[in-house]
Amino acid sequence: MFQYIVRRLIWAVIMTLLVISTVFVIFFVLPGGSGRNIEGAGKCSSPIAIMMAGRNPRPALVCNIVKRLGLDKPVYVQYGRYVGNLLQGDMGYSYHSSEPVRDAIFRRLPATASLAIGASFIWLVFGVAIGIVSALRRRSFMDRASMFFALVGVSLPTFFLGLVLVFLFDGRLNIYNVASYQPITSDPVAWLKSMWLPWIVLAYVSMAVYARMVRGNLLEVMGEDYIRTARAKGLREKSVTRHALRSALTPVVTMYGLDLGILLGGAVITESIFNIPGIGSLAVDAISNQDLPTILGTTLFAGVFVIIANLVVDIAYASLDPRVRYS
Amino acid sequence: MAQEVLLEVKDLHVHFPTADGLVKAVDGLNFKVLRGETFGIVGESGSGKSVTNLTALGLIKRETAQISGEILFKGQDLLKLNSEELRKVRGKELAMIFQDPFACLHPFYRVGDQLVEAILCHEKMPKKQAAERATDLLASVGIPHPKERFRDYPHQYSGGMRQRAMIAMALVHNPDLLIADEPTTALDVTVQAQIIELIEKVKTEFNIGVILITHDLGVIADVAQRVLVMYAGRGAEMGTIDEVFKSPLHPYTWGLLESIPRVDSKGTRLVPIEGSPPSLINKPAGCAFHPRCPHRFEKCDKEIPAMQDRGGGHPEACYLSIEDKKRIWAEREARRTKAAS
Repeated sequence: MFQYIVRRLIWAVIMTLLVISTVFVIFFVLPGGSGRNIEGAGKCSSPIAIMMAGRNPRPALVCNIVKRLGLDKPVYVQYGRYVGNLLQGDMGYSYHSSEPVRDAIFRRLPATASLAIGASFIWLVFGVAIGIVSALRRRSFMDRASMFFALVGVSLPTFFLGLVLVFLFDGRLNIYNVASYQPITSDPVAWLKSMWLPWIVLAYVSMAVYARMVRGNLLEVMGEDYIRTARAKGLREKSVTRHALRSALTPVVTMYGLDLGILLGGAVITESIFNIPGIGSLAVDAISNQDLPTILGTTLFAGVFVIIANLVVDIAYASLDPRVRYS
Repeated sequence: MAQEVLLEVKDLHVHFPTADGLVKAVDGLNFKVLRGETFGIVGESGSGKSVTNLTALGLIKRETAQISGEILFKGQDLLKLNSEELRKVRGKELAMIFQDPFACLHPFYRVGDQLVEAILCHEKMPKKQAAERATDLLASVGIPHPKERFRDYPHQYSGGMRQRAMIAMALVHNPDLLIADEPTTALDVTVQAQIIELIEKVKTEFNIGVILITHDLGVIADVAQRVLVMYAGRGAEMGTIDEVFKSPLHPYTWGLLESIPRVDSKGTRLVPIEGSPPSLINKPAGCAFHPRCPHRFEKCDKEIPAMQDRGGGHPEACYLSIEDKKRIWAEREARRTKAAS
């Protein structure tokens, strides 16, 4: 088990380095840039620097920026510097607001975390419960109704459902106010009031996916030979169901961990629709502002969350499935 | 001394309605199993061997099947019990082991815990005591280092050990009847012999009845006292091992016997049974075997022959006269031996 965890950890570190390198290559070595060129800037002409320098900059200013950012240095030097800074927790400064990217991300993390944790809790509880009941009461009205509900959920894109619900609850019924986000620390009641609709929107699609998956898994497991053995030895139906759930729910752990990891990196669409100042909307803003350090920071952050989620899931899976542990 | 009748199946029918039609998996079956004997059931896949026994244990969902007839276990009709009463019999007085020990143990639970669970669902006792009993049982079915093995997961067991663990699990409450549904089919040949031997040992030690379902006639000949040959959900022939193997009376039994290799007459030609098992939805009229039977005559597709003693000394279900049967079997034997020399 210990060896297994160490192996996973090493992989996680390698993956993180790969993510950093990829992000670095994409944003620093192949910058989209503004396409403008400054006469007389010579080798100082770097799209990033030109963009940062603002409208009609003097070549000297562009050169200054290039020097300050080290853009005239070879790629590997820039890379080394970037990684070095990163290891000290320095993700650079926003081109747009000049705020340290790290601070911007951490300031916005609570909003994203509120959204992700709340929504994922809802879909986990309801998705799994609906899936179990549907499988155990197969072909009942309850099963058919919830599978229809799930089919609708799987087919509805978040942006559509979100906009419809905003229109309905904010525009018509007036029981929800978009753009009312309050941090939980300042006013928990206002926080709850601002979060319930985004939670439902974000949770619905995944809840549908989870309900269908749990139902399918459980039905499949119920046909396994070891479930027949459990019955043959005279276990009560309750214990037989427990045996089946043990197998059917293990994959849910994997999926949940990964989904949560992805969400913690920012729920771009939901955050944008509901004006939640999270990492997702930070990234969207950064992209429209061509704010490269922020784009870099948010991408990296999201990537690292997925890697951490993978690591946690792998370890959790090993503790749940003995076959993984020993192989 | 008359032996106690443990299980008596009377005119059992198990039909499954499906979209394609009614599947007649078991269609009028009768047999008895006595305490202290090994009762073999042989037949091709789909002949109703497993369905019969799963029905006895109540493992066929009653909502999905039409079941009629009686399955008397120690005088009590299992088909009349409700699910909770049946659960109390299952695993306690009537235990079953299955074909594939790789799939029959839950992969996420320790083998020992699965045994403990089997103990505790019929008998209240402290967990520690149940664990000790489970360890003893593991030892008694020949698992080395039972204390360590108790804590292992099924995937750490070999196939033979898993089947041993399954047998231990079936024995936790000293059942009266053990149903072994192809217990060796999925195992290596060397391990097969050990498992069969273990089942025999268990039978003698606990003085229980064993139903051994298999399509391995060699195993049946080795350990069973009586055997039932099944075809398409019905009995074709039933008798002691000597009766059925030495003087078989049913053409299907002849076919079975000719299709297995024999060490004692090396070089004997193997004669397969022509054709394939019938559809259980549209069974041939009359004797279900008649389309494959080389000795069929007019009567065979008219009426279903009942399994009864037709003068040959043991029950069988073939319309041929006893004289014809004896003559034909003698000829077939002679032809086979001749082909060998």
